Parts: sequence; C-alpha cells; structure tokens
Amino acid sequence: MKYEKVIGLEVHAELSTKTKIFCGCKNEFGADQNTNVCPVCLSMPGMLPVLNGQVVQYGVRAGMALGCEIPNFSKMDRKNYTYPDLSKSYQISQFEFPLCKRGSVLIETEDGQHEIGITRIHIEEDAGKLVHQSGFSQVDYNRGGVPLIEIVTEPDLRSADEVKVFLETVKANLEFIDVSDCKMQEGSLRCDVNISVRPEGQEKFGTRTELKNLNSFSAIFRAIDYESGRQIEVLEDGGTVLQETRRWDDLQGKSYPMRDKEEAHDYRYFPDPDLVPIFLTDEEINVIRDSMPELPAAKKDRYIKTFGLSAYDASILTNSKFTAEYFEQCVLQYPNPKAVCNYIMVDMLKMLNESGTDPSRIPVPAGDLCGLLKLVEDGVINSSVGKQVFEDMFKTGKPPAQIVEEKGLKQIDDTQAIHEIVLQIIKANPKPAADYRSGNKKAMTFFVGQVMKATKGKANPKTVNELVQKELDQ
Amino acid sequence: MKLNELTITRARNLLEKKEITSLALTEDCLKRIEEAEPKIHALVTVAKDTALEQAAGIDKKRAAGEKTGRLAGIPTIIKDCICTRDVKSTASSKMLYNYVPIYDAHVIEKLKAQDYVLVAKANMDEFAMGSSTENSGFGVTKNPWDLERVPGGSSGGSAAAVAADEAIFALGSDTGGSVRQPAGFCGVVGVKPTYGTVSRYGLMAFASSLDQIGPITKSVEDAAIVMNTISGRDERDSTSAIMQYPDYEKDMKKDVRGMKVGVPREYLEQEMSSDVRNIFEESIRQFKDMGATVETTSLPTFDYALSAYYIISSAEVSSNLARFDGIRYGYRTKEYADLKEMYKKTRSEGFGDEVKRRIMLGNYVLSSGYYDAYYLKALKVRTLIKNDFEEQFKKFDFLLSPVTPTPAFKIGEKSTPMEMYVSDLFTVPVNIAGMSAISLPAGLSDEGLPINIQVITNAFCENTMFRAAYNFEQAAGFAAKPAL
Repeated sequence: MKYEKVIGLEVHAELSTKTKIFCGCKNEFGADQNTNVCPVCLSMPGMLPVLNGQVVQYGVRAGMALGCEIPNFSKMDRKNYTYPDLSKSYQISQFEFPLCKRGSVLIETEDGQHEIGITRIHIEEDAGKLVHQSGFSQVDYNRGGVPLIEIVTEPDLRSADEVKVFLETVKANLEFIDVSDCKMQEGSLRCDVNISVRPEGQEKFGTRTELKNLNSFSAIFRAIDYESGRQIEVLEDGGTVLQETRRWDDLQGKSYPMRDKEEAHDYRYFPDPDLVPIFLTDEEINVIRDSMPELPAAKKDRYIKTFGLSAYDASILTNSKFTAEYFEQCVLQYPNPKAVCNYIMVDMLKMLNESGTDPSRIPVPAGDLCGLLKLVEDGVINSSVGKQVFEDMFKTGKPPAQIVEEKGLKQIDDTQAIHEIVLQIIKANPKPAADYRSGNKKAMTFFVGQVMKATKGKANPKTVNELVQKELDQ
Repeated sequence: MKLNELTITRARNLLEKKEITSLALTEDCLKRIEEAEPKIHALVTVAKDTALEQAAGIDKKRAAGEKTGRLAGIPTIIKDCICTRDVKSTASSKMLYNYVPIYDAHVIEKLKAQDYVLVAKANMDEFAMGSSTENSGFGVTKNPWDLERVPGGSSGGSAAAVAADEAIFALGSDTGGSVRQPAGFCGVVGVKPTYGTVSRYGLMAFASSLDQIGPITKSVEDAAIVMNTISGRDERDSTSAIMQYPDYEKDMKKDVRGMKVGVPREYLEQEMSSDVRNIFEESIRQFKDMGATVETTSLPTFDYALSAYYIISSAEVSSNLARFDGIRYGYRTKEYADLKEMYKKTRSEGFGDEVKRRIMLGNYVLSSGYYDAYYLKALKVRTLIKNDFEEQFKKFDFLLSPVTPTPAFKIGEKSTPMEMYVSDLFTVPVNIAGMSAISLPAGLSDEGLPINIQVITNAFCENTMFRAAYNFEQAAGFAAKPAL
C-alpha cells in the first residue's frame, strides 16, 4: 500500500530585538555566561515583566509576511512547568489570543504550488540553557527572556521536500522583514514536527507523533523520513501508532519516545496577571503594514518580469535577503542583470558553500564584482581568468584590478606573440595536426587548449581560435 | 514626651521647627522596639545601625538648610515581603531566610526620595497568606492589646508595631484584607488603595491581580500623607494606573454633610459579635450626626466573593511561588540525589503548611478539566462583583461596613483553615472588585479590644475615602492605646 505523509510544524524563531522581551537586558548571542541578566529575567522575588513593544511590532511584521490576520486584541498567558533553565517556573507565552492568526504561505516544489496554512503566530520568551560540565549542571540565563515567535502550521505539508521549501520560505521572509537572524546553528530557528501517515486517498488523518530536538535542516528531513517509515512499518505490521512525543537522536538516526514524565505536562495556562492585554488599533496595524518591505515572492516576480531572470534563478536569489540585496546593488552599478545573476548563482554560491560562509557575510563588495564584470567586458581579462580572479577576490577581499595587476593576468592581445606560440605548438605536435588535416576537426580544440595553457589562460581566446584555425588550414 | 508615639504630622512639625531631631526620634523608636519586641515579636529584622545613620544624615541635611523630603527623618517599618535593598527581605518564609535583595521596591525608592528612615522589617504570615501572623516562618506576632491574641494578618507585624509605637508608621500589603484586618485588630489606620495605584514592583507577589501595598498609620491624615508618597505611575509595573494621581490630602478636611452612605445589608446579615455590631451601628449614627445620609443597600454577589477570592488568589500563588525552586537564591535542601528530589525537599522544607495548601489548591483549580469549573467561573464571578460595586457607587459616595466579624481572636483559636478564611469575609470583596477602602478605629469592645470600621469607595476615589474617614476620626475621637 502507498502511504502519504501528513506534516505540521511548530517553528520557533528568535526575534532580533535590541533587548529581551520583558526586561532591558541585551538580546545577543554568545556573551559570557550570565552576563546578560538582571533581577527581572532571573525572576527574583517582586520582579515584574514589562512587554517590549518592539517584540509586538516584530511579531506583527512576521504575521503580515506570512499572510496572517492581526487581531486588535491579544494577551499574554502563563505556561506553567518547572525546569532549572526556566527561572520563573512558568513561561510567559500566548494561549487563547495569539498576536496573529489564520495565515498562509505559498510554496513551490517540483510538483507545483502548495498553499500551507498558518494556524497562528504567538510571541513568548525563550528559556536559559543548561551547561553540563565535570559532574555539575549549571544554568546560563543569558537566553532566558529572549523573544521568540512560534509559528504553528496546519497539517498541510506532505513531504520532506515541502517542509524544506516551506522552512526556506519562512526563513527568507523573516530575514527580509528584519525580525530574525534565523540561524539554526545558533538556535535562533528551531522546529518541532508533527507527523502522521495515511494510506493514499484516505481522507482521515492517522495518529500523529511529535518530534522534538531537531537542530538542523538535515535533522528535520532525516527525522521525517525515519519517523514516517517507522509509522508505516507499525501499520503494516497490523499495529497502531501511539500519539506521543518522540525525541530525535541525530547520531543514531532514530526517534525515541520521551519518558512519560517528560511529556505528561499539564501546563495550567492562565492569563498573566502581571501584564495587560495587547490592544492594537487599526491605525497602529496599518502603520506597521505600510512599513513592510518588498517580500521574497514579490521580489522574485519582479526579477523575472523586469530583469528577465529565469524562475529558478529568481527564486534562488530571493531565498536570502542578503543575496537579493547584493544582486540589486550590483545591478544598480552594472546594469546587466543576467551577467550579475550568473556570477552570483554560479561563482558566488559555490564559494559561499565551499567556505561555509553565511550569505550575510559576503566578503566581496558589490562594487568589486561590478568592477570585475567590467574588466571582462572591456577585454582586459578573459572570462575564464575572470573566474580565477573572483576566487581570489572572495578569499583575499582585494579589488579585481589589484589582483589582475599583481598576478599579471591581463589578456594577451598581441597577435604576433600569440602567432609565434601557435606555430611552436603546431610544430611540436605533428600527430594531432595531421589528424586535423585528415578531417578530424575536433583536434583543433587540443591546440587551442595548449596555447591557452602556454599563456596561462591569458591569451585572447578569439585571437587564439582564429590563428590556430588559420595555421592548421594552411 | 515619648517621641515614638508621635504621628507623622506631629513629628514632622517638631522636626521642621527643629524642636526634636530625627536621631532622637529614631532612638526612641529603637528603645521602644527593645522593650516591646520580647513581648509582641512584630519584627523580623531591626536595621538599628543604618537607621541611626540615616537619621543623623537627615538631621545634618536639615541643619545645613538643605531641602528635605516629605517624610524626612520619620522612622518607618516595612512589611517583610517588600524588597529593601541590602536589607534582608524574607516574606517571613524559611524559603527566603537569607535573601538580601539587590534592588528596592518602587515604594522604597519613593520613601527614600522623601528621606524616610527604615528602622525594621515586619513579621507577617508567610508570603502574606494568613489572617493572624501565626503562619510566619519566624514565630507568631502577638497583639499589643492582649498578648494572648493575634494581631491579625497578614500584615500583623506592621499593625502591631504601629499600635505599639515601635515606629511612626508602617507599610503593609493587602490582597484580601491583609492591611485592613490587622489594622482593625490593633486599632490603627490601614488603607487598601485601588488596584493599580501603588506599584507592585519589588513586592513579593502573592496574588498579582489583587495585591496592593498600603499604609498602616496612627491617623487618617498620616495615611493620606503616605499615600501621597508611595502612589504613582511606575513603568516597571504594567498594571500601574496611567492617570493624573490626586493629592490625597486635598479636601480631606471638608465636612461630609450631604454625602450619601450605603450600608450593604449582606454585611449586617453575617454572624458577628455584639461588640462589633454595636460599634458599627454607633458609627452609622455618627455619620448621620455629621450630616451624611445613610441608607441600607444590597450587594447581591457578596456571598460569592470569598470563594472567588480563594480560587483566584490560590491559582496565582501556585504560579507565583513556583520560582522558589532552590536554584538561584534562598533555601536549598542539604542532601539530594537528583534534581527532582532537590525540588521536592527544598519546597517541602522551605514552605509552611498554609502556603503548601494554597499552592495545591491553585494547581488544582488550574488543572485541565477543572479550569472552567473553578478558575474561569471565579473570573466571571469577579466581574459580577465588580459590577455590583460599581452600581452602588452610582448611588452612594461610599459604603460603610465592619472590618471583621469579631475583634482579635486568640492565638491558636482558629483550628481549621476555613475558620481562618472566614475572618476575611468583610475585606475580600473590596480586593475582588478592585475598589479602595480604609480601616479605622471606631471603639473598644467590652474586653477592651479595638474595633474598626471600613469605608469603601469606588476605584480611584480615595479622596472621598479619606474625607469620610478623617471626619469620622475627628468625631469619634478614638485615643486609646494598648497598655503594653
């Protein structure tokens, strides 16, 4: 029997506000342990939370980017559970009245477009972190009180691929509106997966499990594959899937049920009496709406329509705010969108991947890439040298002209000099020359390659081609 | 003259005229503390050295002709659940036996800005849960009028200390009557301001939606003076009212002729001692004599207030007190095998019985399956009670009631929690409705115990409350002091 996966996500994204959600402590990653803390986020007796207005604004922006309704009224609730990293032993979150609700995100995979429903987006505080060392457990509360949004989707996703595209789309949107860094490795984007399987064609959902501890995109996809396979196996064996929370073990590549104690929570939600409800007037909501930048989907359309890029290129460029911004800066200075796009899509992405550099830290200034394109266009260097120069620019941060100068990479246009080399090479390789003359025209590429090699790739390729052909045809 | 017996008004007058010094005043209070404490145990920490230092400093300031604050050099006692920087603040719980805050509560900042002198921290029912101060983790406080009786609670230490003249005034906190009831048992003045009037920043939370800090003083005028100091908008408390705060002393001395007074019959229908009833009826006559019109009225939801109160306050307690986990500060059990055991032993050993009872009750009413039947219903009842009161204030300037059904009861007399809870019957509705009220002395029982009355006014109508109370105080002329 064929089975279909049914997947819903709970995505947590840390908001990049200046300060924490309920106190004035700095919201920054990587500070020394317990240095970004105060009596409020350490929950000392008598301390009270005060909601950071920027968090509300960022949450609303996220809601707008993901097509949500923004109600005029929402409020904060307490989610009660005890763990050392949660200093109040309750998390201030939102239960009944979230900041944003009923949205949707359009994603595009190989088999077409899919609309993924967003149930709700609410704001809440993050917990601290346990640090286990030499037999002791210590708590670092720096992260305690860092603002989060939790994005809850409808069970509308059907494959790991859809999940991937959905998460990329969400990440791109949150980046574009400047509300989150979305760095999975720093934990600023986290995701729990609710998954069930059902025989294809069946309307009714199967019993779902919730997967936790998914710390990377690859863990998410592996976990989805593993867990759907496990559920199918259970069903095929005539068993029933238990509704439970399972912990993903990335090393083992398996999911395990969480111990009863870990999951049997009754969170005893109730309205937080220390905080007042959030009232947003239509006017306030509109002010935020008016401040929204162009979102990835609109940008992509514009790149296709105005710049004539392919849908694929446009979607890759708009996958990250940083590549899109970079592209637009380049096009302003060097108005040949396709040439710019090619460099970014091929050479830049390759270098970013190879060096593991985040697109937010592209080391080549846009002006330098444009300079390089200009050098190629003007024939100062040829295009294959251009690619070498780009690699050097990426690694050293030097401007292209300097690299060309230092390495002597200027194109050789001296026809006489090239001619001499051509003659030498034909003379030194009588066999391929004979092959050519006896009709194997492909042998010409050998000579062109040898000439380019002899000139370290600097010879004007057009001249080389002409001369090689001329000499061989004689 | 024993300076410690002075009111704020009188002491301030003498200090300003330089007839007395704050040092002398503070020394008298400290001397009185030494005498009285072995008998009443109203205090948990006496800040003797810093008090003398502060007093001397303010005297110097005054002598140098510098501007001094509204409470300059006035010795003050603070309930121990109000955080005082560098001075131990325990909420009378073993859980916080060693807790020294690194911050001042908003009210303390305000008092400091007016040059007050902190002489001591007052005993209380643990985390303000109780009506007798018998629930303190550090021993029972005794009523200065009769050492076999309780001073009331939870601000029993503050009220007993003021009644015994250990200081000029005190601060307490009132969640269901915790200022007004002990003020009644000790024959002093106690105010529960409208919710939102005094910042809760630095007040260790009992029930966040009900807690208010209020003054305990020797006169109505003193209470208004203290209110003028401690009230005001505080950005750090989101529930702090955003408004133009009134001058609480303004119009206080205007007469009450023509004012309309309501007496809810539900109060009178409760069981109460004949002393309380007689003195209350006497008070009604007093108001009539002063030219007010008094009418019987009705608060139909009165009977539900106590139940709603114990559900809402316990729910909030269960969550508010969850932070006392032995991880960051306060008490931690000595030996434990793992985290779970550490939590269990720390909280079992650190909290007293009443606190545990309320935490259990609160967790119960918030549990899935019970939330709607208890907590949600209580919230609805609360709205109805609030509406009831608001209706009354369309007709009346203020409501009048007794503060408690009986004068101070004996230590150990209330043997079940329910008996104890019922002693808050008359005060709780005011908190549930978010109104303001004052408890002030009206007379003595046959046994010579003080009996107070309660003036209840609409939210943010403290001016009317002070005016009614001031007029009554002047007419009643209550001047008795405990023969301690």
